[in-house]
Amino acid sequence: MFEKVKELILGNLGEQAIVTLQDHGLQPAIYMDPNYLLQAAKLLRDTEGFYFDFLANITGVDFHPAAEFDVVYHLSSIPYQTQCVLKVKLANDRSLNNLPEIPSVTSVWRTADWHEREIFDLMGIFFTDHPDLRRILMPDDWEGYPLRKDYQDPESYHQIPIK
Amino acid sequence: MSIDEKYTRGLRDYEERINSVSSQEMVINMGPQHPSTHGVLRLELITDGEIVKDIIPHLGYLHRCFDKHAESINYTKTIPFTDRLDYLASMNNSHAFVMGVERMLGIQDKIPKRIEYIRVLVCELNRIASHLIAIGTYGIDIGAFTPFMWCFRDREHIMNMLEWASGSRMLYNYIWIGGLFYDLPVNFEERCLEFVDYFKPKLQELDGLLSNNEIFIQRTANIGVLPADVAINYGCSGPMLRASGIKWDLRRVDGYSVYPEIEFDVPVGKGEMGSLGDCWDRYKVRVDEVKESVRIIEQCLERLMGDFKRTVDFDPRALVPKKVNLKAQDYYVRAENPKGELGFYFVTAEKTDIPRRVKARGPSFNNLSVLPELGRGVLIADLIAILGSIDIVLGEVDR
Repeated sequence: MFEKVKELILGNLGEQAIVTLQDHGLQPAIYMDPNYLLQAAKLLRDTEGFYFDFLANITGVDFHPAAEFDVVYHLSSIPYQTQCVLKVKLANDRSLNNLPEIPSVTSVWRTADWHEREIFDLMGIFFTDHPDLRRILMPDDWEGYPLRKDYQDPESYHQIPIK
Repeated sequence: MSIDEKYTRGLRDYEERINSVSSQEMVINMGPQHPSTHGVLRLELITDGEIVKDIIPHLGYLHRCFDKHAESINYTKTIPFTDRLDYLASMNNSHAFVMGVERMLGIQDKIPKRIEYIRVLVCELNRIASHLIAIGTYGIDIGAFTPFMWCFRDREHIMNMLEWASGSRMLYNYIWIGGLFYDLPVNFEERCLEFVDYFKPKLQELDGLLSNNEIFIQRTANIGVLPADVAINYGCSGPMLRASGIKWDLRRVDGYSVYPEIEFDVPVGKGEMGSLGDCWDRYKVRVDEVKESVRIIEQCLERLMGDFKRTVDFDPRALVPKKVNLKAQDYYVRAENPKGELGFYFVTAEKTDIPRRVKARGPSFNNLSVLPELGRGVLIADLIAILGSIDIVLGEVDR
């Protein structure tokens, strides 16, 4: 399936859509250019022979101390019972005022809504064009992104000691 | 610290939505301590009279940082944490987690058949227990008290058996990487057979009590109809998806563990009492799944007492690794939980047995996200019926 997905993306979006291929390991993955992510998502969902209609999971991965993040999309196709993995690498300086940015895929799979909110909340990755990007698990006024490896626990929250 | 305005826009939009309700609309808080939300879920309803116009769910009251814990301790120590995700189906959670680590280690084919059958046996027992809670509490949501007592009475037998095997009532830590905590206690198989004989007629009684009950049908048929395409788009899985008519069961699709050797059907919704994918269908799929689980248990017991009998020298910990040494890789494992597709995504780090990242994909989290779509334009009383039919466990929604 990996080869076929690669050819579909190359054939429709051109070589610039794919950054690298991770073809070793148990689940090979395609590193996409973030600018082509949304087009690739629509293509994979709607093309006959692929129909990746089920977005199982989105994960944000922090590669601290390297200044880069991965966003990983696990897709399944219910009609064909196949799976595929898309990844996007985002370079970022880890400043809280300059979050890494990636287009939201909520318009393709509605389930991405909550997944992306969770990643924004915990990993601090900003999804552009998301319909309702707020924190989902942490309180609305929480500062910082707890799943980042360089996150420091605060001493208190609203004068409540939490350490 | 100044936070860029862009990052708080979603929050401001939400606050504006709440503050700008018209004079005939009303904002109602349902939860977090509402008995019908099955845990600490808070729903903010915008209502017009008795009609729900919009639902804004608020999560996080049971957030216990599973992901953060998992990336600070090693794989073996994480297993008890997985038990606490969906605490009504702990066996299934740890089975999925353990399967993922075993596949990354490459030892999944070396696991003795007896261990795999015991795993499937305890998982299916746990699946029945979980569905019994779903069915029983659903009865309570609708206003029927008796099914709740009956379901909990039968569930108690399963709890006792699993406690006998693992030493704990709900959070078992029984399935280990490469093996099991202990072999089944002596005579467990016989006791389990007794339970199956006891339980089968009880299922018939339950059918008579609830499934064909006129009041129950009126409260659930044609309510909360979830079309198949919406269910897929929202990432619904498990009984939610199957009730919409899609035959999608990972035990069959992936055929993990010993499920390919076992005969069982995948029940799907048929729209018998109303439309396809309504609350009654979701309830009925769970009832049918309990029957299938009983079939699986019978076959497991037959093999555990036959081909894969208990032997004196059998050591369920023989393959348990002292240290989980993995090369740098990433892997997404998925398994069929009582509530749907439970996934774990691992990113391992070189030369350490502590993972870089573990993400749990809880089925309840995705199933719940469809609630605003299902609940728009229904009566408040029907919203309770819809929420109950989704069967969420907040431990897994918030992780």
